[in-house]
Amino acid sequence: MSEVEYMIKMQGVNKWYGDFHVLKDVNLNIKKGEKLVICGPSGSGKSTTIRCMNHLEHFQEGNIHINGTDLIDDVKIVRHIRSQIGMVFQHFNLFPHLSILENLILAPTWVYKKPRKEAIATAMHYLERVQIADQAHKYPNQLSGGQQQRVAIARCLCKNPEIMLFDEPTSALDPEMVSEVLDVMVGLADEGITMVCVTHEMGFAKKVADRVIFMDGGQIVEENEPHEFFDNPQSPRLKHFLEQILDH
Amino acid sequence: MAIFELKEAREAPADTKGPIHWAKEKLFSSIGNTILTLLGFYLVYMTLPPLLDWMIFDATWSGTKAEITKDGARWIFIIEKFDQFMYGFYPESEHWRLLSVLGLFPISIVLFKYVLTNSKAKLALLIAFPVVSFILISGGFFGLMHVETHNWGGLMLTIVVASVGIIASFPIGIMLALGRQSKMPLIRTLCIGFIEFIRGVPLITLLFMASVVLPMFFHEGIEFDKLLRALIGITLFQSAYIAEVIRGGLQAIPRGQYEAADALGLTYWQAMFLIILPQALKISIPNIVGSFISLFKDTTLILIIGLFDILAMVTLTNSDTQWLGFEVEGYVFVTIIYWAICFSMSQYSKSIERRFNTENK
Repeated sequence: MSEVEYMIKMQGVNKWYGDFHVLKDVNLNIKKGEKLVICGPSGSGKSTTIRCMNHLEHFQEGNIHINGTDLIDDVKIVRHIRSQIGMVFQHFNLFPHLSILENLILAPTWVYKKPRKEAIATAMHYLERVQIADQAHKYPNQLSGGQQQRVAIARCLCKNPEIMLFDEPTSALDPEMVSEVLDVMVGLADEGITMVCVTHEMGFAKKVADRVIFMDGGQIVEENEPHEFFDNPQSPRLKHFLEQILDH
Repeated sequence: MAIFELKEAREAPADTKGPIHWAKEKLFSSIGNTILTLLGFYLVYMTLPPLLDWMIFDATWSGTKAEITKDGARWIFIIEKFDQFMYGFYPESEHWRLLSVLGLFPISIVLFKYVLTNSKAKLALLIAFPVVSFILISGGFFGLMHVETHNWGGLMLTIVVASVGIIASFPIGIMLALGRQSKMPLIRTLCIGFIEFIRGVPLITLLFMASVVLPMFFHEGIEFDKLLRALIGITLFQSAYIAEVIRGGLQAIPRGQYEAADALGLTYWQAMFLIILPQALKISIPNIVGSFISLFKDTTLILIIGLFDILAMVTLTNSDTQWLGFEVEGYVFVTIIYWAICFSMSQYSKSIERRFNTENK
């Protein structure tokens, strides 16, 4: 291994949907504890990139190493890698037939085989942290979007993950609920967990990110530390993109 | 600036509620509607009184055959042949065994729902009930007289065939539905082949095949129970339909649910049994019950391979020279029984749906 400890290493990753080349030679190294923000227009491959990291998407060429393990198409390896990664989705993807608490203790009891009591204690701890402990016995559909997304984050934290992936976590939310989710994410960032966020929330990126990456057409186009990235974009494509998302 | 006072709620105007308003709005809202309403009343007037006369007021409820004087339904035929309609040729001295199974059923449900809290005890009950029922019905154990399946008949046979078909086809149907969605080509092809073959063949054909073809796979001389063959045929038939119904439910589950389950690190079977199936089955309940209701009615087809269910009993009881020409009463009686059971099933499915809906909102 190299001197720096990388949590995620992507080398020459290529992916095709049929004949469509979605990821072109993606190289990305993410250090332990690093906070990375990925942005870019829709269809640029940013979601696909992070979905490859926990093998929700299969890739045809290249290597991905997660915390020292080579991610190959093997059920056990994939499950081992997924056990270290929490993923937050755009549409929350809570399980509607289970109560909030049951959503949270599912992975601890079934994947990590923890005793139910311990799992419940952990779950309540994280629910308190995202400030919805009082909703523990409700069902997901009874909560607002912002609350559901906070539950989804707590559900990941119950796995005690090394890495958190966020796939546009605030894009499906009503505007007034965005900040309650971002606040939770900022709190997480302070704890030193490795975070990869696909998001267009500039404020969040400036406040939290160590590095911002711009993707377009399936490749990484520009990469910089956040202030330079937003204030002094180099490539015309990024300039154009920033103009578009800032101009209203 | 303006400030508005809080207003009290008032009653709705008198001419917008009540039965007269309802009739005006629902029955006589237009000329066409009025004509249809009157026509409907006329039809009811023409059919209902004679039907009620025949079934109830002019019917013969007691006495012997010689004493029949009224021209309504002669229910004494049903009363006379009641045991045969219910139990077929099951020996009269052993009827208590069937009645015990009938009694054990509600007791088990109460135990399962309200008494037992431990899931292992529940599972034990779930296994014990069919086993105990089988021992009671078939006998041959614990000093109970063995009753051969060709003596089984009537409503009891109908219920045995339908419940075995329903209970056995359900897990097979789930496996077929999952297999049909499998990423493994061999399993998927096998499941699709099986489902499409069964669905492309009428149940009668399957029953004939089960009765004629199945025994060819076994050594000659081994007696292969006729009822068992019918049960296998019906179970295969039903499981293909259940598989398709469940597949519909599976397809209605958003992809995000699969992804979230995967991302959490659940195994395939955990994801299916904890996340996907509970939701898919819930969506499918109306169709599953609908399919079970059709199966219940389809069980009458076993009469073509020589098993006498309740419908076959009508013909059979009418071949008694003492009681010729009582088919009408027989068929009406059987109709009422079928309707009562199927209607209860559909009501039960509605109640499950309602319960699930309130749980989730």
